[in-house]
Amino acid sequence: MSPALEATGLGVRYRRTWALRDCSLSVPTGRVAALVGPNGAGKTTLMHAAVGLLRPARGSVRVAGEAAFVAQDKPLYESFTVAEMLTFGRRMNTRWDDAAAADRLAGLGIPLKRKVSGLSGGQQAQVAVTLALAGRPDLLILDEPLANLDPLARHDVMRSIMAEVAGRELTVLLSSHVVSDLEETCDWLVVLNGGRLQVSGDIEELLDGHLVLTGPDEASAAGTQMVGGSRTGRQVSMLVRGAPPLDPRWQARRPGLEELVMGYLRSPESAALPGLTGVGA
Amino acid sequence: MIEFNLDRGSGVSTYLQLVHQVKQALRLGTLRPGDQLPTAREVVESLAINPNTVLKAYRELEREGLVEGRPGMGTFVRQGITGATLAEHTRLRRSLEAWVHDARAAGLDQEDLRVLFTVVLADAAKEGVA
Repeated sequence: MSPALEATGLGVRYRRTWALRDCSLSVPTGRVAALVGPNGAGKTTLMHAAVGLLRPARGSVRVAGEAAFVAQDKPLYESFTVAEMLTFGRRMNTRWDDAAAADRLAGLGIPLKRKVSGLSGGQQAQVAVTLALAGRPDLLILDEPLANLDPLARHDVMRSIMAEVAGRELTVLLSSHVVSDLEETCDWLVVLNGGRLQVSGDIEELLDGHLVLTGPDEASAAGTQMVGGSRTGRQVSMLVRGAPPLDPRWQARRPGLEELVMGYLRSPESAALPGLTGVGA
Repeated sequence: MIEFNLDRGSGVSTYLQLVHQVKQALRLGTLRPGDQLPTAREVVESLAINPNTVLKAYRELEREGLVEGRPGMGTFVRQGITGATLAEHTRLRRSLEAWVHDARAAGLDQEDLRVLFTVVLADAAKEGVA
């Protein structure tokens, strides 16, 4: 299957600083991809480049079909009513499904006559996502859609996005600081750190392909590839790739998503990148 | 019909939790042959999980011959989990309750009970293999 999003040698520069360097990745169609990394990692830059809001200095990024983008500062007009936002969307878009948008808002219990400024943060996020989906995109890109929302609103926003993914062929790329928000919802992981791509792959395969090893520091972990680790006295704890080592002094277990992400972010020189075909480690 | 719920701190993967809950419902008779499982969209809308997780769980149940997907209609229970009948279940439950009561009276706490039960189960499984 052709990827929904593909970057090849992508580099983006703001004046003299590289915000993104030599980034090659592909996200297969139908996936819900998590884009994670610290502030300034290049997440927003990658999203902007994908939807054509800025031009790469090097390489290219390509989206199969139509992409819709929801920026972090919810792109709504405070003084508009929800109905006026819908009208605005209809006039700005060539592809537009007004009935689906109205249905969606009704299902969420958001009144069309209410002004945007009178909505809760969660409702504003839902309206922004609804407007993006009304354009029937093939790829939905969301920059920090859960930021500043309470846990209930976060759950509601994710529920409605997941329902959309279940209903039709839609690929989602969403960024977040909070990895635990993404654990149940995403099946593809992209980790950016300091403008470089560290990880891109299927989450289950990544977790199956890594181990957290705990043991004495003289134990041999031959055969595994170290991602990163820490030492407390004589005990070593580390994240590795590959099969469990033979040395019986190691305790090995499968990492959680957060451990995997943190392991890579703490070791910026490590990387887990498949070929450009996207699937496979 | 079955309503899924998730134990997010359990460390058991989400798709396995769904598989276990269907099997549990089949054992208890709350799901019976011919019953329809909720659609991926319904599950996703209540739990906020990835739809592929639901499909993976249903594929696993299908592989084990417990459910079948009917194109355009949904996923249906094919067979119950064979084993003890409901009457036997009730009888066994009574004797287990009596045993737990007995063990409590002998001074075992919740954790002791769990360990003892797990050890006996594991031993029985080993004998079964040998």
